[in-house]
Amino acid sequence: MTMLPPEPTKKLGLVIDLDICVGCHACAVNCKEWNTGGYGNALSDQDAYGSEPSGAWLNRIHSFEAVPMDAQGTPQPSDARIVHFPKSCLHCDDAPCVTVCPTGASYKRAEDGIVLVNEDHCIGCGLCAWSCAYGAREMDRASGVMKKCTLCVDRIYNENLPVEDREPACVKSCPANARHFGDLADPSSDVSVMVASRGGFDLMPEQGNKPVNKYLPPRTKTSRCASQTRDDEVPDLVSLAQNNQSTGILGWLDRTLDAIS
Amino acid sequence: MTQHSIDTSPHVSDEVRKTTCYMCACRCGINVHLRDGKIRYIEGNRDHPVNQGVLCAKGSAGIMQHYAPSRLSTPMKRVGPRGAGEFEPISWEEALQTATDWLQPIRETDPAKLAFFTGRDQSQGLTGWWAQMFGTHNFAAHGGFCSVNMAAAGIYTMGGAFWEFGSPDWERTKLFMIFGVAEDHDSNPIKMGLSRLKEREAKIIAVNPVRTGYNAIADEWVPVTPGTDGLFVLALIHELMAAGKIDIDYLIRYTNAPWLVIKNPGGADDGLFARDKDGKALVWNRKTGKPTAYDKAGITPHMSGEITLPSGQTAVPAFQLMMDKYLDSKYAPEAVAQTTGISAEQIKQIAAQLAHVAFEEEITIDTPWTDWKGEKHDKMIGRPVSFHAMRGISAHSNGFQTCRAIHLLQILLGSVECPGGFRFKPTYPKPSTAHPKPGRGQGPGKTLSGPPLGYIQGPEDLLVDADGTPQRIDKAYSWDAPFSAHGMMHMVISNAYAGDPYPVDVLFMYMANMSWNSSMNSRGVMEMLEAKNDDGNYVIPKIIYSDAYDSEMVAYADLILPDTTYLERHDCISLLDRPICEPDTVADSIRWPVMEPDRDVRGFQSVLLDIGARLGLPGMVADDGSPKFADYADYIVNHERKPGIGPLAGFRGEDGTQSGRGAPNPEQLNKYIENGSFWSEELPEDARFFKHANQAYQDWAVKLGFYDAPQPVTFQLWLEPLAKFQLAAAGHGEHQPPDHLRSRIADHFDPLPDWYAPFEGEALEDGAYPLHAITQRPAAMYHSWGSQNAWLRQIHTTNPLYVPGPVCDEVGLVDDDWAYLRSHHGEIKVQIRRMEAVNSRTVWTWNAIGKRKGAWGLSKNAPETEKGFLLNHLIHELLPGSGEGLRWSNSDPITGQAAWYDLKVSIRKAEEGAGTSEPNFDAQKSTVTPGDSQLRYGQEW
Repeated sequence: MTMLPPEPTKKLGLVIDLDICVGCHACAVNCKEWNTGGYGNALSDQDAYGSEPSGAWLNRIHSFEAVPMDAQGTPQPSDARIVHFPKSCLHCDDAPCVTVCPTGASYKRAEDGIVLVNEDHCIGCGLCAWSCAYGAREMDRASGVMKKCTLCVDRIYNENLPVEDREPACVKSCPANARHFGDLADPSSDVSVMVASRGGFDLMPEQGNKPVNKYLPPRTKTSRCASQTRDDEVPDLVSLAQNNQSTGILGWLDRTLDAIS
Repeated sequence: MTQHSIDTSPHVSDEVRKTTCYMCACRCGINVHLRDGKIRYIEGNRDHPVNQGVLCAKGSAGIMQHYAPSRLSTPMKRVGPRGAGEFEPISWEEALQTATDWLQPIRETDPAKLAFFTGRDQSQGLTGWWAQMFGTHNFAAHGGFCSVNMAAAGIYTMGGAFWEFGSPDWERTKLFMIFGVAEDHDSNPIKMGLSRLKEREAKIIAVNPVRTGYNAIADEWVPVTPGTDGLFVLALIHELMAAGKIDIDYLIRYTNAPWLVIKNPGGADDGLFARDKDGKALVWNRKTGKPTAYDKAGITPHMSGEITLPSGQTAVPAFQLMMDKYLDSKYAPEAVAQTTGISAEQIKQIAAQLAHVAFEEEITIDTPWTDWKGEKHDKMIGRPVSFHAMRGISAHSNGFQTCRAIHLLQILLGSVECPGGFRFKPTYPKPSTAHPKPGRGQGPGKTLSGPPLGYIQGPEDLLVDADGTPQRIDKAYSWDAPFSAHGMMHMVISNAYAGDPYPVDVLFMYMANMSWNSSMNSRGVMEMLEAKNDDGNYVIPKIIYSDAYDSEMVAYADLILPDTTYLERHDCISLLDRPICEPDTVADSIRWPVMEPDRDVRGFQSVLLDIGARLGLPGMVADDGSPKFADYADYIVNHERKPGIGPLAGFRGEDGTQSGRGAPNPEQLNKYIENGSFWSEELPEDARFFKHANQAYQDWAVKLGFYDAPQPVTFQLWLEPLAKFQLAAAGHGEHQPPDHLRSRIADHFDPLPDWYAPFEGEALEDGAYPLHAITQRPAAMYHSWGSQNAWLRQIHTTNPLYVPGPVCDEVGLVDDDWAYLRSHHGEIKVQIRRMEAVNSRTVWTWNAIGKRKGAWGLSKNAPETEKGFLLNHLIHELLPGSGEGLRWSNSDPITGQAAWYDLKVSIRKAEEGAGTSEPNFDAQKSTVTPGDSQLRYGQEW
């Protein structure tokens, strides 16, 4: 059993916006690319050009079709849509993957709450993966150690990188700006403000893991114009021919041209 | 317990080299981090105008592309039969001399016997010029099977196109409609832009049969039936026009809506513009009641009615013809609902929203500007509605007209080149008349009269013999497809095989996977490439192919010229080709060898210049006959298209301080490299909007050398060149179409944007093939390249056929069942997945995942070969009803664009059997060494 530290005063994490994620996998591949040459062992790939290609990834995008239900619980296939759901370690406050670790390899950093694996101590028993409600940990089959999102701990403090690049690779690469990084313990941080204003939520809160990462829900697909005018406030177009005050399109055209000249 | 201590500032890289990505067509700036001579990391370049630091999945997987085991490593000549993949390595000297020996006699006797087609080429500035110097008009890249409908419709209508030549005003638009876009060109900019819209809570309406990707995050989804977008758009136009919600002032200022069109049914001038003695189109002055030249400042013309001209001719403003056409009840929402699959209510509601945002939510920028007539404006008025469209619009036989219909809608709303609307990226807009016309062959040993591709203005510009026979092998610029501005690559092999219009001697291709995913009727194409004459010689005698990777097409070549990866080469992304500009920025860029090749390979463009010099082609040899350019890099710096204008616009002049125009600068490439491999310059403040009519923009464009005199664009709503073809079809004029094409031209070349049903469906028996079948490009793959990439192939290893729920219920299909999908041309067996978020009569799959066994360095039992599949086997390059000497290309009749998405199919359940997709072809022999099964890339760091 490994102990969790006292609740960190700084909780670094990600805020992922499901309203704008288009499921392009940019974050997942850039993560793989940075981290295979970064913290700990490489993220290996097996049968890379063969029949069952697989590999270790720290971030994966799950795309599934959501079929909404109406109030009576009847599926509404005409309103079905694809949801793109990026998933990586959520750096939980009550991380069962840490407390279950028999060697102390899994730990949560006291200074910023990042959950890491000390790969030298990891025996690859897989208990942490079993305990994770989110399936966020993956065994690297070449090294036999457990891999997980490090929140790019080797980028965010890295003095060899320009200051503006000291953010996780997934955040920097995301073309849709669907991923944000910051301190979720600080209510005034950009990410906390975003969570508060957009109704950010915990993934599977019933599991009691108190994840630090938050998700922003897709906005309701109302037909809303930029001016906050709702569709039902956009008047229907009335054909000039139906408009008793007008003389049809030719009359309208004449009046319009009079106004221009 | 003490916490594990880690190094949070590890060494990242020894050096960062900045270049341009080539993992797709987007051309983003990348920073390549090198460590110990290997690539440590590739990231987006924050300073780059295209991607501003972000990078997509493909770009991020560049490491695996660069080191892919599928890379070719040496020149080769074929030693087995075509298609088998049996080769023998040869030296570069032998390869280059062989190519020269094959090409020299052709140039000396009949240059058209060379067909040179270059696939996803980003160097058409060079390759097109090379073809011109060789003297063959049989040149094009892949635009004809990609998106020429977008390019041609945009340029003929308003001097610029969607595609990557323009962009919504992401910072200001309030309502954005996106038609038929999956992961096409401009992928990062579109994602970045959508995110800006979301931040501002602008509304996004997605028109697409499939609700994935961009369409999944849109606020409103329009599940259009494939091939009917044009009808939907014309219904929107009907609604807006009927309600008087159109910008008449804009139409008068910037379009030919007031121009007088001659009305003389049956006459030789019917549908042409009435013109004055200088050839200027006339409008009808409302104040004087007299016709006057369209470019006279300060007049208000009539927009309706009929005038008898002094010449005695009767004429009407083009806008009158538009009212006559679009107010017809056949375009009413109720009338189009069934065909389009969109409810009348949704159509009306969208029309109302467009009108509301365009006219009630007008925005202004307080920048004074002067228009091309000299009239001064104290501000820029914006109608914040914008549009984007791509493959789903273009890949139909009605795509040109559909794309024109979208442009008409934009223009009626006054939303092109205004704040909040659709904005051109320099060097566009540029009227079709300012583009060259396609060059003509001038005989043995001679160059073409101009560049091989261009924009025609009437039947007199076609490349046909006196009897109407096409002069080009692909029949581009013939009566079959007069406005085929990008050629018709999808017809080259089929026509060369059929000897229609003539056989070729050498087929020379670059980066074009024609024996597989880049052809319709892939099996047929493979057979054509393998076919022999009675004398035992191949029907297509010699095939030269250049590719960096062991693609399916390699197996069909006689001579292989191995290309480098994108990190080992010089390139220039030139203003003379397809620039990387943004609406406020002119820019171009380079690639340079950030890695040295570890194989015996050479950049194709350098090889092409070498062959050109060996052939003694003009411009490629010095006066003493020696090669003029050492390699492509030398050409990029020193080639001048005309004095002072070269492939790169930045850092010109001897001291490198000039932009656009200037003498070659020997230090130019170094300057680019120092600057992150790109050059960019901001547009002057008062030149940023209304570029088509803005004097400051036009003057700036001349200064930069886009053209030598201002080229303002009057938007061509009534497209006179189409009217000329209709007149020819009716028997007028000296240039006459063959009789079998007369009615096709008369029916489909409407000078106003029009809609007609896609050809394939119309040619089939009713109900036999009730479903539409289309593909989408996945965001994490770029055509066939993705599968050789160890990371990307884990994301898309196979491609199920997505089948709408109602169809699954009808046919009795559940997830993972197998099914036969049948078209008029063939049948394939595929695995299915149920989907609800799709038009209820449309099946679809991801594009180009299926692979032939043996190709791309994959093992023979790779899922891409066992379960992956192509729809290409169902699509014929000829329409149903071809025969008796007639070969109707499965293409848009105006532009020749390949009509991939016209495909109609039926579906039925299949037994699982072997559990593999069909057809399944024999393996081609791999020409590369298999890669390691296990990768631990970067373990040493």
